[in-house]
Amino acid sequence: MARLEPANVEIAHEIISRYPRPKSALIPLLHLAQEQDGWVSDEAMVHIAELVGCTPAEVIGTCSFYEMFKREPVGRYLVNVCTNIACQLLGAEDLLHHAERTLGVRAGTTTPDGLFTVEDVECIAACTEAPCLTVNYRYFYKVGPSDFDAIIADLRAGRRPTRCAAEPGEDGEIPAHGTLHRVRQSIPGDRRAGNADPDTAGEPAWLGAGGAS
Amino acid sequence: MSDIETPVTVRITVDGQPVDARPGELVIDAAERAGVYIPRFCYHPRMKPVGMCRMCLVEIDAGRGAALQPSCMIPVSPDMTVVTDSERTRKAQEGVLEFLLINHPLDCPVCDKGGECPLQDQTVAYGPGESRFVEEKRHYEKPIPISGLVQLDRERCILCDRCTRFAKDVAGDPLIHFQGRGSSTEVNTFPDEPFSSYFSGNTVQICPVGALTASSYRFRARPWDLEETSSTCRTCSVGCSVTVQSSRNEVLRQNGVDNDAVNWGWLCDRGRFDMESGRSDVRLTDPLVGGTTARWSDALGAAVAAIRATIEAHGPSSVALLGGARLTNEAAYAWARLAKGVIGTDDVDCQLGDGLPADLVLGLPRATIADACTPKGTIVLVGPDVKEELPVLYLRLRHAVVEDGATLVELGHGRTGLSRYAARTSYAHPGGDLVERARLVAKDLDESGPITVVFGRTSLAEDPAVLAEVAAIFLAKGARFLPALRRGNVFGALDAGLAPGLLPGRRLLDDAGPATAVWGSTPAAIGRDATAILTAAAAGEVKVLLLVGADPVADGPDRALAETALERATVIAVDTFLTESGTRADVVLPAAGPSEVDGTVTNLEGRVQRVNRKVTPPGTARPDWMIAVELADRLGVEFPQDPDALLAELGAVADGYADVASALDRNPDGVLVTGACPLPATPTARRAPAPSGSTLRLVLTDSLYDAATQTAQSPSLAPLAPGTVARLNPADASALRVEAGTVVSLASARGAVDLPVVVDDGVPAGAVAVAANQPDCQVNRLLDATWPVTDVRLEVRR
Amino acid sequence: MTEETVVAAGPPPIVRIVTQRFDHPDSHTLDRYVATGGYEALRKALAGSPGAVVDEVKSSNLLGRGGAGFPAGTKWGFTPPGVWPRYLVVNGDESEPGTYKDRQLMERDPHQLIEGCLLACYAAGLSQCFLYVRGEMALAQERVAKALNEAYAAGFVGRNILGSSFSVDIVLHWGAGAYIVGEETALIESLEGNRGMPRLKPPFFPAAIGLYGKPTIVNNVETLSNLPWIVANGADAYKQYGSETSPGTRMFALSGHVKRPGVYEVQHGVTTFRDLLYSPQFCGGIRDDNRLKMFIPGGGSAPWFFEEQLDLPLEARPVGAAGSMLGSGAIVVMDHTTDAVKACLRVVRFYARESCGKCTPCREGTNWLETILQRIVDGHGRPSDLDKLLDIGDNISPGPYPAASWTDGGLDAVPFPPRQTTICPLGPSSVAPVVSALRRFRPEFEAKITKRSVNIPLHVEREGTRV
Ligand SMILES: Cc1cc2nc3c(=O)[nH]c(=O)nc-3n(C[C@H](O)[C@H](O)[C@H](O)COP(=O)(O)O)c2cc1C
Ligand code: SF4
Ligand code: FES
Repeated sequence: MARLEPANVEIAHEIISRYPRPKSALIPLLHLAQEQDGWVSDEAMVHIAELVGCTPAEVIGTCSFYEMFKREPVGRYLVNVCTNIACQLLGAEDLLHHAERTLGVRAGTTTPDGLFTVEDVECIAACTEAPCLTVNYRYFYKVGPSDFDAIIADLRAGRRPTRCAAEPGEDGEIPAHGTLHRVRQSIPGDRRAGNADPDTAGEPAWLGAGGAS
Repeated sequence: MSDIETPVTVRITVDGQPVDARPGELVIDAAERAGVYIPRFCYHPRMKPVGMCRMCLVEIDAGRGAALQPSCMIPVSPDMTVVTDSERTRKAQEGVLEFLLINHPLDCPVCDKGGECPLQDQTVAYGPGESRFVEEKRHYEKPIPISGLVQLDRERCILCDRCTRFAKDVAGDPLIHFQGRGSSTEVNTFPDEPFSSYFSGNTVQICPVGALTASSYRFRARPWDLEETSSTCRTCSVGCSVTVQSSRNEVLRQNGVDNDAVNWGWLCDRGRFDMESGRSDVRLTDPLVGGTTARWSDALGAAVAAIRATIEAHGPSSVALLGGARLTNEAAYAWARLAKGVIGTDDVDCQLGDGLPADLVLGLPRATIADACTPKGTIVLVGPDVKEELPVLYLRLRHAVVEDGATLVELGHGRTGLSRYAARTSYAHPGGDLVERARLVAKDLDESGPITVVFGRTSLAEDPAVLAEVAAIFLAKGARFLPALRRGNVFGALDAGLAPGLLPGRRLLDDAGPATAVWGSTPAAIGRDATAILTAAAAGEVKVLLLVGADPVADGPDRALAETALERATVIAVDTFLTESGTRADVVLPAAGPSEVDGTVTNLEGRVQRVNRKVTPPGTARPDWMIAVELADRLGVEFPQDPDALLAELGAVADGYADVASALDRNPDGVLVTGACPLPATPTARRAPAPSGSTLRLVLTDSLYDAATQTAQSPSLAPLAPGTVARLNPADASALRVEAGTVVSLASARGAVDLPVVVDDGVPAGAVAVAANQPDCQVNRLLDATWPVTDVRLEVRR
Repeated sequence: MTEETVVAAGPPPIVRIVTQRFDHPDSHTLDRYVATGGYEALRKALAGSPGAVVDEVKSSNLLGRGGAGFPAGTKWGFTPPGVWPRYLVVNGDESEPGTYKDRQLMERDPHQLIEGCLLACYAAGLSQCFLYVRGEMALAQERVAKALNEAYAAGFVGRNILGSSFSVDIVLHWGAGAYIVGEETALIESLEGNRGMPRLKPPFFPAAIGLYGKPTIVNNVETLSNLPWIVANGADAYKQYGSETSPGTRMFALSGHVKRPGVYEVQHGVTTFRDLLYSPQFCGGIRDDNRLKMFIPGGGSAPWFFEEQLDLPLEARPVGAAGSMLGSGAIVVMDHTTDAVKACLRVVRFYARESCGKCTPCREGTNWLETILQRIVDGHGRPSDLDKLLDIGDNISPGPYPAASWTDGGLDAVPFPPRQTTICPLGPSSVAPVVSALRRFRPEFEAKITKRSVNIPLHVEREGTRV
């Protein structure tokens, strides 16, 4: 619950270096903080403000705009049930109620064991697979009540959920909340074209070489 | 000449009437100039428009058909048609107001803004007759303090982005921000990080509802009980235009007025809130003689007796006058004439050894703020931290750099509030190579645009003669100078002649001209400056010391010298409060404060503006000019008997002030007094001894909040004084093995003080930066005003 | 590629351009991409001039797929001459209710998107590319990151691409959950690290003043994914498909009460809604052969269509003239069992939750609409609520709101787009379901209010809907 750890500071600097303006890295760095702690603490925001050169108030201004950033701890698994129109038409509200009933929580809250937080969310771009949900942003499609129970049982048991036609992520795992992706972009130094600085960059070389624009 | 000439006006139609707009002007402004007021909340003429509130929607047709458009975002274009009173416009505006009100608490009866609230007013003028909203309103905790000065009521907030835009774009302190999203958007600070901006009070002033209120004003008055007058802030030498509002003979509020030449409507918090001191219980209300309350006639009699006896026994230059930088021009003139024309002494100084040589200030070609802020021009800052000492000048300079492409070059002894906007900074070791650095900087200056040097003391612990050398370098580049002296009306005092060797109207003593004619006589020889006066008093040569709004003990650079001087001399003090110096005085005369006198003041540009009386002084306190007039009278000389007459006489002896009174009636933004005295020959500063390895060189600076009487006596401001710390470069801190918070003793050959350490890479290596005149520490114990620099030894206190 | 045969009285033949590799399980890898002709368009482009690519794309008349349907090549031409640098921002923030295509393109064929970005940068002189992926799309981010890493290693991206003087970095950036960030100026704000609040345009469009105040092209993922095929095969080949004004193909996500929901790539401009909903190649009809009640033709922001509009072609102009839009290629189908009031509430609630809060009418109005609708659904409606809903809508979007013509009621279509008192179209979008539902199904609202009937079934709960 703290500032970014040294390894993450290194990643942070690497991320910042990809943008012509450091503040552009704000959202990626907030994700990094959330990956480290599972949520975004005030200390992390202060640290990020230092890293990108703005005030903590500006960081919280951005952070609080975006739904994915949790400024209080949430469960290890964030279960986002889509209730938007396409899913609603195929039973999303029942799925949400089922989730609330079986986990014993209201949408927006966390189970006492700290394992699951259920949320009622807007369209997650899987409308043809309704009703659907994500667990830590890994998709589960056409989820009926028994599918839901199976997913929860698997997660509780520490197993990979298998029941659904799911797209869990490149490695098939569902890491703890905060780890959004396990593959990071990395630009090899010798392949890097470099940032286009808005104040100084001129006409790109290939236009001069290749022709008009 | 180009083929296409830019037209000077753009012809548009507003509600059927032809209107000549300026190119690039926004529709909302063009309409307003033509007498059509379009309602608005988020738009503020001194900030970039955001088009958020949608209140200013009107039908605009720029050739592609009429459509509702925010008039605060749309620049005029030729043949544009604007309709502000159509059915469609009316419905849209009514709709916006209804939307704004559905979540507004309507607690107008207990709201400070009630009665002067744009939301109330525009609801009456443009709103729906009734509310159709029957659901529960949004709720937030009622007012939360976002700083010591400002409270935020989020239920009342209409999210116009004015305060947040001000904080970020104008003040450069983005410490309040929108948080959340959609209908749960709120303005707030970061948790536990207050809105500690020097400019926070402006957000209260520009809030179009009662969401932001000033703690000092809450529930004190209803707007309709207030009487107001326009005036000029006298807290520093920028001279911001204000309105002073009072109720039942108490000044309750001071707001900024948009003076295009000066403050653009803004104030700093010190200037806004130090009017609180006016109603302090510890104001001086009656004269004191020997420490006990006396009648005016007795006190004036005692003063005159002491002066007369001393002149008779020891000659006029055994009487000296310090101070006057806090007076009106009229009072300054009266005191100058009293000292120089009646008593006959030239030992007069309105600065306390912390300023610049008067002839240098008055001799350099002067720039205005607008000159300094010329788009694409160059600003050279050689002087104090403008953010701390002349805050609204800081806003103007910041704007010039950030928005108008001016280039800022900073020379000094460490980071200031403006450094982050500087294209180049060059920090010298005090007593070191400032002159050399100035040469290097001057060599690279862009001379295609105007060059303005913002010019003042870089450290109060360094001989200002160095600065005369620096000035000469930039003078050779054709630069103009904006002198950065801090005290309220120091420039008016200088223009009135309250400095050694000077007479009113920026004239040298040997060029007495009209003053001799009006006064009869002027001093024969050039007198002493503040340090020399105090030295002479300490040596018993100056026997009577007149302190006019001056506190050399607390507020001068050399405390020990001032203490000895005041001990030996007979001291006559004129002040609003009993200062440290005042407690040592033989006669104390209570003076009227700001908002208690009429007159004029002159700002750092030489701009004369009016100050107006709003309330009467407490007890028997009298305007300073009147005290001088009475003393003169008792010394047998009749002075003009009111401010207008004094100003007229000032005009008669000082060319620049000749027609000021009538010019002021025509120019509410003030009248610029020009002219300069002959520039003195550039002295060569005494070279400081090379620093020794074991000592640190002191950099002494001012901070906005300090122990100055008006600030210390304003309950809102007193707690904001940051306290004294020793700021050290990280390299020095680690070499000396001290860290942040370590309490150290700083010792000079003169004295020692204990301070906690702050590690700050904005301080040059080998230096220690300390703020002067904080309530918790007498830093001026360390200085000898005759030293070229002050070296201190640092020891860790155990 | 696919054979072209004219089938009478059926949908035009299926042509797959952007989804051509979707059937391969490893479609997202560099190996598969290169093996199926990937990065050949880039080689071809680099062998010629940037201007040649611009000409090809302009001539293809490729329309933007993000919602506004603006011609891609024309947009490139809007950058002011001589102002550098210019940026490319890829809009992968797909969040419009019902929309599900960009995520597929990013997950299943990221190299195609990368090659499209490279072609755009090369052609329009864009010096740096930011690929903004919706925050919630973890797999898409991984696939794009992996593809970028592969492409950098193989010399397709970065410095001196394929040995040429063309150098550009593509930076993967990701969002954090805010629908409004899909709006291009909000996207730019977000990419600058700010709250995703739209900027007012006009006066300045991103192509003139965008990211960091510099000319910026914002293009949708699907738009860019079309470029490799167009450059490789030529504009003429592209224009063989689709209609003259809407050439090529386009992806549509069909969801809701249809037999076979799915994402289908179809010929643009010539295929009809009826084809998509009823043809066995696509959705195969309404579930349980129920009656169609209404459908949303272009994402949540689009006014609703009904049976009367089924034969309209999937083409911007006729759809706009009929009172709605193709928008983001999202068609949500609702059968006769659907509760129109609840459906309306659900869509309105989306906009209320997603309003950025900048404009008063949107921030307060969407919320108010939701509150009233919720009250009606909960059985506490008042008769005056219905006109109030319409009037609140009118204060967000003044004047007659776009709506489909309706033969029974004899109402004529009001063409799209709506007018607005707001900065961006999000606020006015919340009015679409209100006007659509109230115009067509007012009796249902009245029944809810007068009979307090809250139990019109929305759907039939089914266990095991998994395919
Ligand atoms: C509220 C709103 C949301 C939008 N969301 C998206 C989106 O998620 N993805 C997208 O590509 N375009 C979206 N757009 C459209 C973009 O503003 C922009 O027109 C588009 O990205 C341009 O790309 P194109 O020319 O390739 O279509 C949205 C527009 C609005 C007004
Ligand atoms: S219409 Fe709504 S979403 Fe769009 S800018 Fe305004 S408040 Fe934000
Ligand atoms: S005053 Fe123009 S939108 Fe607020």
